[in-house]
Amino acid sequence: MQNMLTLISNVFRLGNASKNVGTRMVVSARSFADFTPQASFPIKKCDLHRLEEGPSDEALLTREQGLQYYRTMQTVRRMELKADQLYKQKIIRGFCHLYDGQEACAMGIEAGINPTDHLITAYRAHGYTFTRGVAVREILAELTGRRGGVAKGKGGSMHMYAKNFYGGNGIVGAQVPLGAGVALACQYQGNNQVCVTLYGDGAANQGQIFESFNMAALWKLPCIFICENNKFGMGTSVERSSASTDYYKRGDYIPGLKVDGMDVLCVREAIRFAADYCRAGKGPIVMELETYRYHGHSMSDPGVSYRTREEIQEVRTKNDPISMLKERMLSNNMSSVEELKEIDLEIRKVIEDAAQYAISDPEPSLDELCNHIYARDPPMEVRGTNPWVKLKSVS
Amino acid sequence: MASLRSFLRSGKTFVILFVVTSCASVFQVNVRDALNQAMDEELERDERVFLLGEEVAQYDGAYKVSRGLWKKYGDKRIIDTPITEMGFAGIAVGAAFAGLRPICEFMTWNFSMQAIDQVINSAAKTYYMSAGFQTVPIVFRGPNGSSAGVAAQHSQCFAAWYGHCPGLKVVSPWNSEDARGLLKAAIRDDNPVVFLENEMMYGVPFELSEEMMHKDFVIPIGKAKVERQGTHITLVSHSRCVGFCLDAAAVLAKEGVECEVVNLRTIRPLDVDTIEASVMKTGNLVTVEGGWPQYGVGAEICARIMEGPAFNYLDAPAVRVTGVDIPMPYAKILEDHSVPQIKDIIFSVKKVLNM
Repeated sequence: MQNMLTLISNVFRLGNASKNVGTRMVVSARSFADFTPQASFPIKKCDLHRLEEGPSDEALLTREQGLQYYRTMQTVRRMELKADQLYKQKIIRGFCHLYDGQEACAMGIEAGINPTDHLITAYRAHGYTFTRGVAVREILAELTGRRGGVAKGKGGSMHMYAKNFYGGNGIVGAQVPLGAGVALACQYQGNNQVCVTLYGDGAANQGQIFESFNMAALWKLPCIFICENNKFGMGTSVERSSASTDYYKRGDYIPGLKVDGMDVLCVREAIRFAADYCRAGKGPIVMELETYRYHGHSMSDPGVSYRTREEIQEVRTKNDPISMLKERMLSNNMSSVEELKEIDLEIRKVIEDAAQYAISDPEPSLDELCNHIYARDPPMEVRGTNPWVKLKSVS
Repeated sequence: MASLRSFLRSGKTFVILFVVTSCASVFQVNVRDALNQAMDEELERDERVFLLGEEVAQYDGAYKVSRGLWKKYGDKRIIDTPITEMGFAGIAVGAAFAGLRPICEFMTWNFSMQAIDQVINSAAKTYYMSAGFQTVPIVFRGPNGSSAGVAAQHSQCFAAWYGHCPGLKVVSPWNSEDARGLLKAAIRDDNPVVFLENEMMYGVPFELSEEMMHKDFVIPIGKAKVERQGTHITLVSHSRCVGFCLDAAAVLAKEGVECEVVNLRTIRPLDVDTIEASVMKTGNLVTVEGGWPQYGVGAEICARIMEGPAFNYLDAPAVRVTGVDIPMPYAKILEDHSVPQIKDIIFSVKKVLNM
């Protein structure tokens, strides 16, 4: 039956080659009924610290989920590559820390928590800004510093906010106590929500993280501390920065798990497990996501002085999160090459439109300069660069 | 008693004279109790308000400012923290992000340096960076400036440090009225407020009127108060030094010099209008503060006067009375000579007035 349909679709495809643009034929004649609706995949077992049992070693993926994860991860991938392009054209300036390679972390986490849960991360934040609900055009326009940016052009790459998403934080490690504080608010308000608090391997040695661990454990805050270990803190490998690279154990008295951060299903199962743990009132939990960034630390870092091109290439070919998902879906007949290609084309269009918007949207008006100093206050005067310049500030 | 009853039953009319005392009641309240009552009332008024810091709960507060609050409100709302300023200040800011209204106590403001990144980068700047999306309704409070015999690491004044930063409101009360009204205003404010108390003022009593004791009594942040009217010279000060200015003014009055004493109440936003109006009236200015002179509160006030309309009314250059530009020594004689005294204010006034 399958082969028959493929044959027919091939015939149609070939037949179309000479037709004019007026008529459009659906190239793929396979109907959705052909695809496998769901499948179960074995996933890597997590290393556990102070836990009797961990997440399931099997993950159920429905076709809808698979397509959604694919679409999201691919969008993040293409968005980051577009940002790379715009930066090289000098349309984006300043700091730009790209997330390509790490998409499975952001997608897996979002898949395992609720929109009403909370999330905070550091400066490599574009992926999370998207998964937490901000449109690509608003992200790119923020990077290009335009008024249509999610922070009206006033925040930039590291300072994007959304509902239940607290940025985007520029100071390494500072976001961790903040996340524990959000978790305290969840506990205080009794709303059964959790806060996912992310930091990198470079931040993992910050004292304030251990201060947060202490208070979170003491007060049993519903906080999921996640170390996104992409093996390098700027140009310093984990071996050169950390006396202990078992980041999932660094919570000491806090249970931890080490997760394959390149496998979106692994991440999802782990975060579900962690969220359940926190919601049960057991206190915080630490997760280490093993992942990799293709770009250097930021756009001013080529990323090859402290690691080899071979290493980067190896991850791309053997361990790419999007390729892994794609292969899983194709080999289990949950989608087709054509369908995924169509999704790619749609994404390409979204990104192109967003980039166009980000380039053409005007910069913020100078009237905006002094606004948003204080919240819910009457307008006030702000001193300009010299005593004769008196600027206006509204909330 | 029996005779009184029979007297009343007798049906005789009688006129009872009442001695009517002044109907307005005043309350003697020291600064510590004013702060305590303000927090108590705000905790009661809004369940999102909570207090965290070292020793605030079971110890009743290192300086007893939070006495009785833990007993009344319990563990959920009065939280003892470990000695981890950076961590708990960050936690407080995060709680403010997510809808609560924390009061974060630093045992003294000297310890805030451990957490200053959270105060400035996480609290002060966030509303601006998010273009008005994320508010941070937090109060950081604690004793600031010099105390008595606590030496260099425990005596620094942070008014200039925090007053430097846009996005923060910085408040420095002097008396009980200030403490009460400004703390309530700070807690109700949707912005991050740095509240600089003074340990040596905690035990000092002041009179509070009935109006001031009302549970909705607030003093607007950003408005200075003229504590004493004068004509010859303006003294601008904040916190404990306001009292010294008033004492100096009393001494100078005997020599025919009438000082106008302005209590800043708020360091940021600075009430330049009140200062300017006063200087335009008196023609002379001396600022008085406990902190160090370089890049300090007085320096800012003088610069603003230079740049504004009041300059043309100055009969002499404006000067600053400040703490001595040294780390605070321990020995009493040295400490006494490290901080502005009343005689220093009097001396400076006379110099400015060319007396």
